[in-house]
Amino acid sequence: MPGEKLRELQLPLLKKVVDRVYHTVPYYRKLFALHGIHPGDLRELSDLSGFPLTTKEALRDNYPFGLFAVPMKDIVRLHASSGTTGKPIVVGYTKNDLETWSGLIARIAVQAGVTENDIAQICFSYGLFTGGFGLHYGLEKIGATVVPSSVGGTEKQIMLMQDFGVTVLVCTPSYALYLAEVARENGVDPRTMPLKIGMFGAEPWTENMRLQIEEQLGLRATDNYGLTEIIGPGVAGECEARDGLHINEDHFLVEVIDPATGAILGDGEEGELVFTTLTKEGFPVIRYRTKDISVLNRERCACGRTTARMRKVTGRTDDMLIIRGVNVFPSQIESVLMEVEEVAPHYLIVVDKKKGYLDDLEVQVELNREKFTGSFRDLEAVERKISRKLNNVLTVSARVRLVEPKSLERTLGKAKRVLDKRNDS
Amino acid sequence: MRRRVELSTDSASEGVKNVKVKQISVFLENKSGRLAEVTRVLGDNNVNIRALSIADTTDFGILRLIVNKPQEANEALKREGFMVSETEVIAVEVPDRPGGLADVLWELGVAGINIEYLYAFIGRSAGNALVVFRVEDCEGAIAALNKKNIRVLGGDEVYAL
Repeated sequence: MPGEKLRELQLPLLKKVVDRVYHTVPYYRKLFALHGIHPGDLRELSDLSGFPLTTKEALRDNYPFGLFAVPMKDIVRLHASSGTTGKPIVVGYTKNDLETWSGLIARIAVQAGVTENDIAQICFSYGLFTGGFGLHYGLEKIGATVVPSSVGGTEKQIMLMQDFGVTVLVCTPSYALYLAEVARENGVDPRTMPLKIGMFGAEPWTENMRLQIEEQLGLRATDNYGLTEIIGPGVAGECEARDGLHINEDHFLVEVIDPATGAILGDGEEGELVFTTLTKEGFPVIRYRTKDISVLNRERCACGRTTARMRKVTGRTDDMLIIRGVNVFPSQIESVLMEVEEVAPHYLIVVDKKKGYLDDLEVQVELNREKFTGSFRDLEAVERKISRKLNNVLTVSARVRLVEPKSLERTLGKAKRVLDKRNDS
Repeated sequence: MRRRVELSTDSASEGVKNVKVKQISVFLENKSGRLAEVTRVLGDNNVNIRALSIADTTDFGILRLIVNKPQEANEALKREGFMVSETEVIAVEVPDRPGGLADVLWELGVAGINIEYLYAFIGRSAGNALVVFRVEDCEGAIAALNKKNIRVLGGDEVYAL
């Protein structure tokens, strides 16, 4: 669809949703009034920039149903974000929303190369988390055979994959690596499994991690993007070109802002993604700040699609660590570690205060069993090599700590890679 | 006291092959109880330790072991999740008197052999001390020591000590 056609489609939808939240959600009515703006001020798509941004805190403050735009009798499903502290963010779906959602998932699955001939195993939790049910109905929609194995029981997951001839793996990228590790421990070469396509999401991951996953599991790893507050998975996904994630712009209007000032940035400029839902009924959001950092590209993709593409998200504004005044993203550390063959793709970043005031960055990384020579000098050389690379990339010194294989905690869902101890005491 | 196996000089290459000893290296994080776990695994698998040494930094260490059953030890430790590798070392009989080790080191120095590390055995061999040498050039070291009538013990001899 040409850009102009898309804008023609988006504008009436945008007007409608802004008008609707103004009339049905007291929070938005008050917020708009506070900023002296009215739905009538929206004449062009660009007028949206005059409307206030919505933050995660606002969503949390309106727990549980404060931001729903339809009566509860029209809500048929609830999901919630995996809030680690305090109350979660609850989102509601109408029947139409669920229909829209499965259509969006079907779209990203087809883009990733999945067909009705595939058998897809979903190792996402089926529950309040949007990952499991979201992928489930979308994959069913395209006619794939769905194995709803959910999380846990990794050895059994591997058995099912072998016995059922599973061709599509749906999980977090960190779980994919864990799966490969457990398979090898059980004498199964994961590359001999019939897996062809991986649909990975729910956490940021780097290109180097993609290479590791593809090498270890012998599949094509694709990225997809979404968040509970917007709809769950299905906001964007990679096509066969894997040169950015195609945003489903007929349902979500995307902006990129400077996270510090809120100013709108142009295509090609790195900033925070902001989404407005165009078609959601139960839980519409206006200008929601995702905290995810990316860059937009509106050039026509090699695959022929013309929708805006977002660069793979590798960091979040709230993942950003400030170490001795320098901004450090965990993804930068991950990229370095993935380039070093003597270590395994499992790591933990520990930040602490030394002598009570000096930030101290330690990177714990597991050694690769296959590359252990037994030589002390070799290990010291590995430590030095990683330290040097980290210094180059981060411009701040980091201590490297080599740890035993399998000694760092494995998660079945989103991986926890950072331990910031600076505020404990 | 123990069976002595003299190296035949006419089949030097074969002799060299036999005199290398398998050493097991285990990576250990510096956290309490890890060493105890290694020794427990070995004990449970009926493996006896002949010699050991630990080299460490503040973060990690490498435990080096000479045992009576290297193959079993290697497999058992791997099964329990330890990161293990096998290297070849030589076990040298050193006269148990002042200057004994100095003489051996002198000969290796003269032959231009670089020593990465060495450590002593728990037991003795025919009244002599036993020292494990990890050198870059095993063959060269063995040849140099044999020439000076310094005995290098075979793997089987060491495991059977």
